[in-house]
Amino acid sequence: MNLGPHADFIIVAYAVTAFVVAAMIAWVVLDHAALRRMLGDLEEQGVTRRSRRKDEA
Amino acid sequence: MALIDLANPTRFLRLADRVLPWLAAATVLAFAVGLTQAMNAPDDYQQGATVKIMFLHVPGAWLGMFGWTVMSVAALGTLVWRHPLADVAGKAAAPLGAAFTFICLVTGSLWGRPTWGTYWVWDARLTSMLVLLLLYLGVIALYWTAEDPNRGSRAAAVLTLVGALNLPIIKFSVDWWNTLHQPASVLRLGGSAIDPSILIPLLVMAFAFTLLFVTLHLATMRNEILRRRLRTMQMMQAQALAEAGA
Repeated sequence: MNLGPHADFIIVAYAVTAFVVAAMIAWVVLDHAALRRMLGDLEEQGVTRRSRRKDEA
Repeated sequence: MALIDLANPTRFLRLADRVLPWLAAATVLAFAVGLTQAMNAPDDYQQGATVKIMFLHVPGAWLGMFGWTVMSVAALGTLVWRHPLADVAGKAAAPLGAAFTFICLVTGSLWGRPTWGTYWVWDARLTSMLVLLLLYLGVIALYWTAEDPNRGSRAAAVLTLVGALNLPIIKFSVDWWNTLHQPASVLRLGGSAIDPSILIPLLVMAFAFTLLFVTLHLATMRNEILRRRLRTMQMMQAQALAEAGA
């Protein structure tokens, strides 16, 4: 594939987009894992939400 | 399941857990097809291979505006019905919309240098798009820095609705003012001005980016619901500890 005399501009545009998309995905996945871990820690300590206690009753 | 049932956060979480893997797989597939078509698309007779930047730039612009539209609908849900899931949807869409607007501005700048001879010009289309990015950053700041989350949400919803006035300005700026940016060439009366050999890859890439937005929005909404649960539980724990110490 020949990208012509302005290949640098095309490559940088695709690289920046790939970086931003990868950063968004990483943020979402890591944030989810951290939230699940912190919620699990609190539940292990016996802290439960009122609505969950009501569901279990 | 009725649509109204999804307004329940617990049911929404269950649905998100079920749907997200399928959406992610569909997004990867759409990008595989879209990128293959984009790389094999012919060069433009005037712009040469730099037309390949359009396959990123145009979806970025559409989703930057789509993100604000989603937030505007969510803002109505927050202010009129005071529904917590509407607020979750608005807050979750803000960073995604900002990222796509950023992609639009950067790729547009990189496309502008070889075709216009400049990275940036203060014309109406470029400036209104930059204003959209600044509005996104303002809403994100309101959501994340407010001491009282409810007050922060209402302020962000009001700013979102005021900022929605910028959407028609972006869309029609190329018609209302004399701009360096070209007029609409895909969505316009009389049909697209782009040859199908370039239009089809563009539409497939736009579809892939839209799937990515929907997937990430669902995932960030799920995270936001979990964050609110965590906050509630941390406050309950703090209250229990304070009562035990008293």
